Amino acid sequence: MDIVDILLKLLYAILVVVVVMSMAAYTVLAERKVASWIQGRLGPNRTALPGISAIPVIGTQLIRMGMWQPLADGVKFLFKEDPIPGHVKKFYYCLAPAVSLIPSLTTVAVLPFGVYWTVDEAGQSIAQPLVLANVDIGILFILAISSLSVYGIVLAGWSANSKYPFFGSVRSSAQMISYELAMGMSILPVFMWASGTGDLGTLTLFSVVEAQKELWLAIWMPVPAFIFLVALFAETNRLPFDMPESETELVGGFHTEYGSFKFGLFFVGEYAAMIIGSAVFTLLFLGGWNFLPTFGFLPDWVADPWKTMGWFGSVLSVLWFIGKTTFFIFLFIWVRWTLPRFRYDQVMNLGWKYLIPMAVACIVIYAFIIGLWDTAVTIDEIKPDVTK
Amino acid sequence: MAKVIERKPLTFAEKTYIPQVLGGLKITLKNMFSEKVTLEYPEERPDIPDGYRGVPTLVRDPNGREKCVSCQLCEFVCPPKAIRITPGEIAEGDESEHVEKRPQDFEINMLRCIYCGMCQEVCPEEAIFLQDIYSVVGTSREELVYHKQKLYELGGTRPDDHYKWDKKKEAEELAASGGHH
Repeated sequence: MDIVDILLKLLYAILVVVVVMSMAAYTVLAERKVASWIQGRLGPNRTALPGISAIPVIGTQLIRMGMWQPLADGVKFLFKEDPIPGHVKKFYYCLAPAVSLIPSLTTVAVLPFGVYWTVDEAGQSIAQPLVLANVDIGILFILAISSLSVYGIVLAGWSANSKYPFFGSVRSSAQMISYELAMGMSILPVFMWASGTGDLGTLTLFSVVEAQKELWLAIWMPVPAFIFLVALFAETNRLPFDMPESETELVGGFHTEYGSFKFGLFFVGEYAAMIIGSAVFTLLFLGGWNFLPTFGFLPDWVADPWKTMGWFGSVLSVLWFIGKTTFFIFLFIWVRWTLPRFRYDQVMNLGWKYLIPMAVACIVIYAFIIGLWDTAVTIDEIKPDVTK
Repeated sequence: MAKVIERKPLTFAEKTYIPQVLGGLKITLKNMFSEKVTLEYPEERPDIPDGYRGVPTLVRDPNGREKCVSCQLCEFVCPPKAIRITPGEIAEGDESEHVEKRPQDFEINMLRCIYCGMCQEVCPEEAIFLQDIYSVVGTSREELVYHKQKLYELGGTRPDDHYKWDKKKEAEELAASGGHH
């Protein structure tokens, strides 16, 4: 790897982080907008930029859409007074917001967000993932790192040296542990399926997406998809699982003592986690950047119309992927403004008594089905190749 | 006799909550595309119903004269003591000379006013009205003590069926010309 490669990688990394951060900012706007629409209001529609907002039609439209609101929010966060209460453990208090933001931005590294093609010596084009680091342990990396964000919450709750934040963080860690298990187990069938037969499969998300050309796994594995989605809601602390900050009981939960920019970091971290979660769900269960499932009989281009279009196809694949992800972000927001919060014992019940047994059952059942499928269909197909 | 309501056990579908959750999602989605119910306040104003009790104001009669005669009844009746009247005389040769008195100053402290409408009820001259102004803002306490001029600006003219002062003037003129009184 020469210096140009390193610089390019750095550039890509910065680009990806910028995209995720601005998506997080606009997700906050989307949250406010969707919330207001569901409640019969209009939402943010006043913030104007001098200059651009003076353009006759577009300018006013952008104001009505609240397009400049994230900018205003950001500036406000930056210039607000940043208090540190006297009774906190200062070092950990300041460390916690960063600890909760970093994991979400780290997991982006192994997240494939599109596809491009290279030509090998035989003249065949090979699909390659657009990803910062195409590592074999992709999903393990995501599960491992994303569960670190609970440290941020625990640190915040403990260092705030106050009871409500402490309750919030303890509840949060219990919830994270119970749902982390269900989450990890629910995706095992996916990898059993995606790894194929006769080979030592990989855990990259790219191979999962490639395996979904014929059938999106949400159709073929609805129960694991559902478990994963529920666990995702709990992992990202979104309603109906927002136990860590449940405002009615715990004031603000783990971030009661935080204000201005440090609170903003928690906030952005939470939304970034939501975006990453949506992206992972799209990759695992909704075919990633595949256009539509072919169901085995439709022509190939239905799944992969990008292939013939070169770099433009890559751009389209990324946009399609972002589109699917956006739908899930919308789903997160939609659910938030629909469902009430669970009681804490219900959260625990649901996690331990229902989701985890269901996930285990799914593993067993799908292992059987996949095993039978492989012995009956796939291995026969492979055999002639082996004898060749 | 107490009515016994039988509680049916939940069906399996209900126990999973999923149909209920989906139903809820459907409702919120429908709400999302329904018409918005809020007003964009500074530009759009709500319709104020008749008889709304907003800011108390002083009104002029259709001839443009002040109706208030500073009898101070409103000042006495005002429960939070928000009204203060400084009575004043009407000078000789004034246009509204036949009107007995008029306030030199009439202040209503809007920080104290409770919009009870008792001043309106008690006013014998129908000079004070609670009108449909509801937006009271100011940047200082002094600004929210409304003086006479401001109260008349807010009040404007209200239709008057009695024309008390006109009748009084007519009667005076009639009496002066030796007519029957």
